[in-house]
Amino acid sequence: MKKEEPKIDYSNKVIEIRGLEKSFDELDILRGVDLDLYQGENLVVLGRSGTGKSVLIKIISGLLKPDAGRVNVLGQEVETLNAKELQALRLKIGFSFQNSALYDSMTIRENLEFPLVRNSRHMSRKDIDRIVEVVLDAVGLSQTINQMPSELSGGQRKRIGIARTLILRPEIMLYDEPTAGLDPITSIEINKLINEVQRRFKTSSIIITHDLTCARATGDRIAMLLDGQFQRQGTFEEVFDTNDERIQSFYNYNFIQ
Amino acid sequence: MRKYVTTRRLDRVFLELYRIYIFIGRFFKEVFLPPYEAKEILAQCYEVGVRSLPLISLTGFIIGIVFTNQSRPSLAEFGATSWLPALISIAIVRALAPLVTAIIAAGRVGSSIGAELGSMKVTEQIDAMEVSATNPFKFLVVSRVLATTLMIPALTMYTMFVALMGAYLSVHQNELTSITTYFVQVFSAISFLDIFASVIKSFLFGFTVGMVGCYKGYHSSKGTEGVGKAANSSVVTAMFLIFIEELLTMQIINAIRAF
Repeated sequence: MKKEEPKIDYSNKVIEIRGLEKSFDELDILRGVDLDLYQGENLVVLGRSGTGKSVLIKIISGLLKPDAGRVNVLGQEVETLNAKELQALRLKIGFSFQNSALYDSMTIRENLEFPLVRNSRHMSRKDIDRIVEVVLDAVGLSQTINQMPSELSGGQRKRIGIARTLILRPEIMLYDEPTAGLDPITSIEINKLINEVQRRFKTSSIIITHDLTCARATGDRIAMLLDGQFQRQGTFEEVFDTNDERIQSFYNYNFIQ
Repeated sequence: MRKYVTTRRLDRVFLELYRIYIFIGRFFKEVFLPPYEAKEILAQCYEVGVRSLPLISLTGFIIGIVFTNQSRPSLAEFGATSWLPALISIAIVRALAPLVTAIIAAGRVGSSIGAELGSMKVTEQIDAMEVSATNPFKFLVVSRVLATTLMIPALTMYTMFVALMGAYLSVHQNELTSITTYFVQVFSAISFLDIFASVIKSFLFGFTVGMVGCYKGYHSSKGTEGVGKAANSSVVTAMFLIFIEELLTMQIINAIRAF
């Protein structure tokens, strides 16, 4: 399905990364990454497993600290923020985890309320219920409100995970492997939901994936992470219009799969 | 390439010690700062306190009976079985009740905290709390450590009572002592310092059980294997520390008693 033309403001960078480096023990994962995300844009980061895609968005959200480089999110240098400033910034960033990361001891309602109640302590019960209903409706799962996460399918858990991030009305969405482990039909539904979130909530997003169908369906721009650096950036066609064997084999393997 | 200050292994030991120091420091900083997770603290108090009652009751009662039965022959050799209530009360109030309660809590509560937080860590639930601008440390760690610190002294007092009742059953059966005489002898043998010291010691044990369980769970890694390790090492480390603390507090209390 062709994606609706998004409104991207190329004069406004919401994320700017320069010279980012990160290593674990003696393994260098990111080796000087440069990246920009523009207002209203869906940027897909493609790459093989273990290339540091998830590490990249964990650094953006302040979950990991970089070894070197600069990460500017909504005009703030992430690594220089104190705990309070970082918490304020995180209100503007939604993070959808690969395995949804729903709190398995809480119902769906409690999962959704959790960030809301703790960040808006004076909000009335009525307002909380209304906001929960709005985000559940946005992901099409209103009927699951009193269920436990263990009672939901993988696709439903992904949707609830996205709903939980939307509840704080973030400006930036970070999706970590949104279609991993899902069947093709459910993957298409998640891709549609990502585009719907971009349109309805006017978010700018980074989508981490190695699923080319997801990349083509959701990405306004694609960035290919290879050997710890972005080797190619552009539209889907531009990125794969190359003789580079590593990129070609990634393309062929993905579509054979 | 990452450089090491000393060797890779020694660096890890120092890093671990530093992380423990930071973790405990963060607890004392966050415990006094609002917002307070009152609902979660109460839920954890229920989990640690009320749900441990059946096991504590059974263990305390049996310990009272067994300790009395095992002590009787030695005292009988000197014709001193009338000293049984005094001997039992000193043993139970000063050492057995706090120690047994703490060991049971380490096994039941410590392992559960380690496994729960470990599982939340490896499934990224703790990260999810963090990125949604909430404070997982306050919600998960402060509430659990407070619950164990407050409930284990209460459980210790309860264990003392149940163990003394178990001991009474044995004393009554063999020496035909009345309950009034038994408790008069029990309380004449112990002082306020004995009970006070045991309660203070139990606060320390409770803090240790909660803190070790939370630390191990909060820093677990390597998937499900890590969760198992976190649960296991929560129990082993907490028990080890409890015995060390028992040894040290006993020396301090004896010094106070002598003074």
